[in-house]
Amino acid sequence: MTELLKRLDYKIIYDIVNPGARVLDLGCADGELLSLLVKGKNANVQGVEVDEDAIYKCVEKGLSVFHLDIDSGLRDYPDKSFDYVILNQTMQEARKADFVIKEALRVGSKVIVGFPNFAFIKARSMLFFNGKAPITNSLPYRWYNTPNLHFLSISDFKDFCADENIKILEAFYLGAKKVIKFLPNLFALNAIFVITRQQ
Amino acid sequence: MEEKLLKDSVGLVETKYFTFAAPPHELILESSQKLGPITLAYETYGELNSEKTNAVLILHALSGDAHAAGFHKDDDKPGWWDSMIGPGKAFDTIKYFVICSNIIGGCQGSTGPSSINPKTGKPYALDFPVITIADMVNAQKALIDYLGIDKLLTVVGGSMGGMQALQWVSAFPDRVRSCIPIATALKHSPQQIAFDEVGRQAIMADPDWKEGDYYGQGQPERGLAVARMVGHITYMSDQSMEEKFSRKLKDKDYSFRFAPDFEVEGYLRYRGDNFVKRFDANSYLYITKAMDYFDLPADKFIPPHKNIATRFLVISFKSDWLYPSYQSGDIVRLLKRRHVHASYCEISSTYGHDAFLVEIEEETHLIKHFLKNIFKG
Repeated sequence: MTELLKRLDYKIIYDIVNPGARVLDLGCADGELLSLLVKGKNANVQGVEVDEDAIYKCVEKGLSVFHLDIDSGLRDYPDKSFDYVILNQTMQEARKADFVIKEALRVGSKVIVGFPNFAFIKARSMLFFNGKAPITNSLPYRWYNTPNLHFLSISDFKDFCADENIKILEAFYLGAKKVIKFLPNLFALNAIFVITRQQ
Repeated sequence: MEEKLLKDSVGLVETKYFTFAAPPHELILESSQKLGPITLAYETYGELNSEKTNAVLILHALSGDAHAAGFHKDDDKPGWWDSMIGPGKAFDTIKYFVICSNIIGGCQGSTGPSSINPKTGKPYALDFPVITIADMVNAQKALIDYLGIDKLLTVVGGSMGGMQALQWVSAFPDRVRSCIPIATALKHSPQQIAFDEVGRQAIMADPDWKEGDYYGQGQPERGLAVARMVGHITYMSDQSMEEKFSRKLKDKDYSFRFAPDFEVEGYLRYRGDNFVKRFDANSYLYITKAMDYFDLPADKFIPPHKNIATRFLVISFKSDWLYPSYQSGDIVRLLKRRHVHASYCEISSTYGHDAFLVEIEEETHLIKHFLKNIFKG
């Protein structure tokens, strides 16, 4: 398991999820994270993925997966169908990110959101000193080929949660290899939030 | 038949026949009419294990038959889904016991309008009761009971076969561990009904149809051929027709007559003419009607609050405009609402509805792994 948990974001999400939980992963790619959750946490999982080749890999792993985009992936699920809805590195690619988050909060008791931090120091300096669109480890694309439709910082996401009355249960800030504690909006490449609807 | 031809094939096979529902124990049909005795043609490949947990039921489409795999004696054409059934294939006959059952109403060995009505000693013709997909499945259930199988590993089929697979889950959820509906729908749309009606009208407008009472005098071949031609158009896609025929001519130049100038015309005529040799026109009427009547409402398919353990693999094809992906999407949406574990894949094929018989590699990949996991438990 430790070998498989070499991705820091997977390790963090893996630790968040309770054993036996019902989990929906929106944009589950080849299903590696879900597979880990099935094996290690005996989780009851369902994936949603838009890429056909990734679907084959998920089915190979014995996972249940729907070949749908994120926006239609959430539709039709009754309220609180899952203990966790995972939106790891996919929320910023959805056309209506705010709608997707709200739908995820409806469908899941808790939502785990992971996204690249646009205010990372290297991104700031590229923009400020070079006058160019940032390229970092968590934002590796060029302006013309990025799948990202939304660019946000950790502070932006916190503001959004406050405005929308969403409660942040936990927050993790990720550097290249380890968790960051100091000035995360400046030093974190990625962030993972666990959020829920304010009662 | 050469040795290598048989290597990944189930080899020589024979169609078997199961007769049941002899009066007074006739099958009660959805229309409340009675039918019996009933004969079902079926074939099996592989061995049933001692726990009887490895049985797969294959359900065929409109013009299919029980001969899904392997070869009949003195015939070098394999069964209709031979590329999917056999040693090491998607339905691996080394691991699974594969059953393919024909349908009632058909004309390929099972009781249908061309069968002898025991009451009159003559073919039923239009005295044959109108049957539904549910009736077909009820008859198949009698066969599965007879084979001593309590729980099927999976029920699988494309097109009308997919409807039967869905109906199996609706009627006998405890008898199926998984379901693989391919290029199918929970109900026939007006467009699907419309195409079927054109086919039926072509048959019934043929003077040789004679209100269905044509047995012994030759069947309405022209009408049935036209019905099949329309069918074939709906099974292909714009792109697959372009790739296959383009505007290619059969001869060098236009004939300036109403001869089949274009290859596509020749193809359709050939398919139509071949079809009438093996298919009964009345069966075409009955079976298309059964498809048109098919309408599985959500609460009948999977009642709310009922915990259903059957797992699903839903497959559709991007270029299939006869059974468009949104109809498979309807199945998926319902499975979501009912919290049923399922997978769905829309295969990016250009072959239209025919894709379910063509896209073997993709289907094999999905089905092989899906089944393996179901079988493992």
